[in-house]
Order: sequence, then structure tokens, then C-alpha cells
Amino acid sequence: MTLFAADELVVNFGGIRAVDGVSFQVEAGQVFTIIGPNGAGKTTIFNLISRIYDPTSGRLLFRDEDITRVPPHEIARRGIARTFQNIELFEHATVLQNLLLGRHAHAQRRFAQELLFLPAVRARERAHREAAEKVIDFLDLQAYRDSFVVNLPYGVRKVVEMGRALCTEPALLLLDEPSSGLSVEETADMAFWIQDIRTLLGITVLMVEHDMSLVSAVSDRVLALNYGRVLASGSARDVQEHPEVIKAYLGG
Amino acid sequence: MRFAFKTAYEHDLGLFRDPVQRAWYAALLAGVILVPLAVPAYLSDISLVFIYGLCGLSLMVLAGYTGLVSLGHAAFLGIGAYAHVYFAQDLGLPWIVAVALASVLAAASGVLVGLPALRMTGVYLTIATLAFALIIQEVFTRWDHVTHGLKGRPVDKPVIFGVSFASDWAFYFLCLAVLIAALWLTANLLRSPTGRAWVAIRDSEIAAQSMGVHLARYKTLAFAYSAGLMGAAGALFSHKIGFLAPDIFTVLLSIQFLLMVVVGGLGSLHGALYGAVFVALLPVLISEARDLVPAWAGHAAAVLGKSVGDAVYLSLDRFVKQPGLEPGIFGLILVLFILFEPLGIYGRWRKIWLYFSTFPLYKAATFRRQKTYMRSERLR
Repeated sequence: MTLFAADELVVNFGGIRAVDGVSFQVEAGQVFTIIGPNGAGKTTIFNLISRIYDPTSGRLLFRDEDITRVPPHEIARRGIARTFQNIELFEHATVLQNLLLGRHAHAQRRFAQELLFLPAVRARERAHREAAEKVIDFLDLQAYRDSFVVNLPYGVRKVVEMGRALCTEPALLLLDEPSSGLSVEETADMAFWIQDIRTLLGITVLMVEHDMSLVSAVSDRVLALNYGRVLASGSARDVQEHPEVIKAYLGG
Repeated sequence: MRFAFKTAYEHDLGLFRDPVQRAWYAALLAGVILVPLAVPAYLSDISLVFIYGLCGLSLMVLAGYTGLVSLGHAAFLGIGAYAHVYFAQDLGLPWIVAVALASVLAAASGVLVGLPALRMTGVYLTIATLAFALIIQEVFTRWDHVTHGLKGRPVDKPVIFGVSFASDWAFYFLCLAVLIAALWLTANLLRSPTGRAWVAIRDSEIAAQSMGVHLARYKTLAFAYSAGLMGAAGALFSHKIGFLAPDIFTVLLSIQFLLMVVVGGLGSLHGALYGAVFVALLPVLISEARDLVPAWAGHAAAVLGKSVGDAVYLSLDRFVKQPGLEPGIFGLILVLFILFEPLGIYGRWRKIWLYFSTFPLYKAATFRRQKTYMRSERLR
């Protein structure tokens, strides 16, 4: 079953065509990886999916619904969560508060109730907390629960950000370079987590990644981009051995 | 160092960290209730601290928690004040109703400012609020029918359900009650999804949006709530000063509110109150200093001779009687705090507290801010 599909996506930034007719399908339960040299348009595609950018043309389909014109804050509610290449956590809040914000897509808007903190609000907060605690257990973040994000090392922040995305209970998780800035060991841990997210939580993963060891370890399918165009797609090995891909990385 | 031993999620939902903290706040409340017995002469000044506390709370929600800096909050205070006086004195509505309506009206004008402000960030937003404040001040001057223009209008003492709050101590408790209610409501919001959404917008709009926070809704809500609190503060403020005139609600007053939240410590309710105490006390300190000038000059004359004493007297006297002294000192303090203690009085207090509670293991680097990585805020 196709969970997500990009159909002939095109984005122009002024005179630059950052994404040029990219199409791909992500099957439910897959780990789908987009690779490509710097400036290939990988993160731009993520920003299109999370609706931070509007595509010049083309369509985004999620669960057979067109989400090309859905406002950005609706995306999480529909079941797509993401992380960012350079970590966009709420730094002056604790890990727990960050995770609870991940529950915002499931929050109800009851301003008057919240103002008085009625029992209904309290009950909902407890439910959100239970959901956040499940993620804390899943990602082994117990020790950092009450730490402020500013005081955490980079590797932990990366995991916290993934946890925040998991708190939205997504069907599709977008990971923007999950291994960037991580040590070799942390990258290996990340590979295990991505596999667990797929197999234990049943979440489809779409990621952008440079680290080929991680890509080969977890990806079911790989798409290679360069200058906004699709170079190749297929299994990790096929794509890595594709002559166009080698040329894009090594020149020549 | 004491660690709160938590055994249920409920412990994190309470307003207080643990019974010890609750006991401290109860002690503080008892102290504040006993103040009228101890210093009856200063009750009126302390009421002003409470009103300023409300103002600080209002701006803290907007600037400290949502990250939207406003230089126009005196306008909301003015709207609240004039609306309250109009509803209570011209229309003869009951006090509570007049305050509620004034608050709602201020909140509505907050939405009005908030809507265009959604497209602006940082300093542009601040300038837009400043422009709004200037326009509103002009409205106060021209709208004779309601505001009585430059002539100003006297304000009656508050009478609630037939009970007069004219005396200093009654008004003191009225202000205290409103402040505590506002603190409670705000603390409730901050521990709910709304408060988290505000903090998220402050720290990273793009991530907040990706987590499903409707930026426009929550920014407008922050503006409305903040302005509504300011409106309630305005109603009390009108009774405190007893006479409304357009030149009270100047930009300088807005700057004082901003000073409150920055000096108190952005992003904490404590900070709003510390800032209020500070801003309300500073003019008192300056005027005390003015009165002390002859005494200082006298000391200088006694030690260094009459000619030096006269010179000291002249220069000090000229200094303390400079027309722009107060705003100048406010500005200087604001700059010094931003340079040396961006976390404000509350941040300093936290550091001192942590120093003693972790002694001798305190790390100076605990509060050092790390260089953050490049952020995708640039995308916008």
C-alpha cells in the first residue's frame, strides 16, 4: 500500500529550480531514504512535505489524500511528523515539556477550561503524560526527563527531537539527517532505533541521510537526487553502484 | 540539594513542586496579608506594586513566554482604564461588570494589534506596537466624549456590591486579590497545551508549526490574553491614580513595562513580580536620593572644605534635577541587565540558590549559554 506519494514536484526559488519534477512513492512500513550531494534538494523536499514551502507545481499525496495545499499546522494532525537537520528543539524547556508539545496535535482547544485548569484538563494532561512516558521508555530518555535542552549534549538532543516527533503518533516520520553530528556509536544506536520505530511502532520512515553505513543498514528503498532531479532509485546497493550516482558524488 | 521525589504524574501537574514550596508560598501570602499592620503608611505604594505586577504578568505572557516584544502596552492599560471609568461612571454599570468589559475591550484591541502583527517578527513587530500606542494616545486626547480629552477625568473610589474600597487597606487587598487571581489563571494556562504552544513559538516557530501549533491562533491568543490582563490592571490603575489624562499612558510607561519583564527575568512569573517591585521602587529611590543631596554635600564640606562641598552640592543637585533622569536611569539599567544578566533578577536568584544548594559542587558553566547551531529560522 502506498502511504505517501510525491507527484512531479517542482519548486523554483527565483531563477533556481531546486526540485525539478521529482516523483516517488513510499510504501507503508518502509524505510525510504533520499540521498544526494549538498544542494540536491533533499531538505527542500522535506520542507515541501511539511508545507513550509509551497511547490511551484506537482502534488503531495498522503493516504490517498491531496495535502499539497494543507496548512503547515495541519500536517502533524494528519499523521506526518518530522525532525530537523540542525535540531529545532525548544531549548529553554525541559525534555518532558518538549515531548508534551509533541502531543499538541492531539490537544483539544478548550481555552476556558485551561484557564481554570478544570478536572477535564487535568485528565487530558495525564493522558498526554502517559503517551510521552511511553516514548521516554522507548528511547531510553529517563535520565534526561527533567533536564533543560540547552544543557544536553548534541547526540541526546537528536534523540529527544526524534522522541518529540514520535509523540505526535505519526504514520509517516520524516528524519532529516538523523546521524549528522553524531559519533560512530551514536549513529549505530540511531540505526537500531530507526529499525525499532519501523518494526515495533509500525511507523513508515522517510529520511534524508549522508552516512552510507546507516543508509545501507536500515533502508528498504533509496532515492538518489542531484540538482533537484532523480538520478536513481532502488535498493541501497543498486543505487550506490549506479554510475550516475557515483558520477554525482565523485565528479567526472 | 533537595530533589522532589515524584511517585505519580499528578506531582508534575500541581502548581507547586512539593509541599515545602507550597509552605513557602503560604508563608509569603501570610506575610503579604500582614503587611498592612506593619507599614500602614506605604499601603498605597505597595498597591501600585501589585498593579504593576499585573502589568508585568501581562507583558511576561507576551514577551517572556511567546517571544513577541511589545512597546505599546501602556495603550492597553489606557484602554482598560478609560473603558472601566466610562462603563462604571458614565453608564453606571456595577464595578465587576465594568472591569470585565474593560478587560474584554482591551483584549479585543489586542486581537486587532495581533492580527497584522502575525506577519511581523522581532523589531518590526515592536515598532508596530509602538505605532499603535501612539495612535491610541492620540485617540485618548481627541475622544472628548469618553476621555474628556486633555482636561482629564477624575475617577471615583471603587464600590463593589455596595462595599466601598476607598480606604488604602481595602484597596490594597482588592489589588492583591486581583493579582493572585491573575497569577493563578496564568499559571494554569502555562501548564496546559496553550502555554506550551506559546513557549514553542518563542523557541522555534518552525518546529512549533511542524508539531501542529497554529501560529496565527496562538499568537493572537497571546496578544488577547496579555491585553485583557492589562485591561484589568488599567481598571485598578485608574482608581490608584484617581485621575485619568492621556499623558499618563505614554511610551515611557510602555518602556517601564518592558523594563519590568527584562529586569525581572524573561520567561518566569516570578520575574514579572520582581520587575514590578523594582520598577515601582526605583522612582521612590530616586526621589529619596534627591532629598539626600544637601546631606551628602554637607558631609563633603565637613571632610574636604566648604568650596569642595559647594561644588559637590551644585553638581549633584544639577544631576538629580535633570529632567530626563528617570527614563535615563531606566534605560541604563535595561542595557546593563541585557549585557550582564540576561536572565534578570530571577535568573540571578536562581544562580545564588543553586550555588548554595549544590555547594561546593556548583559549576560556573551551569548557566552558560552554548553556541547554538545554525537554525532553520532562516528559512522564513
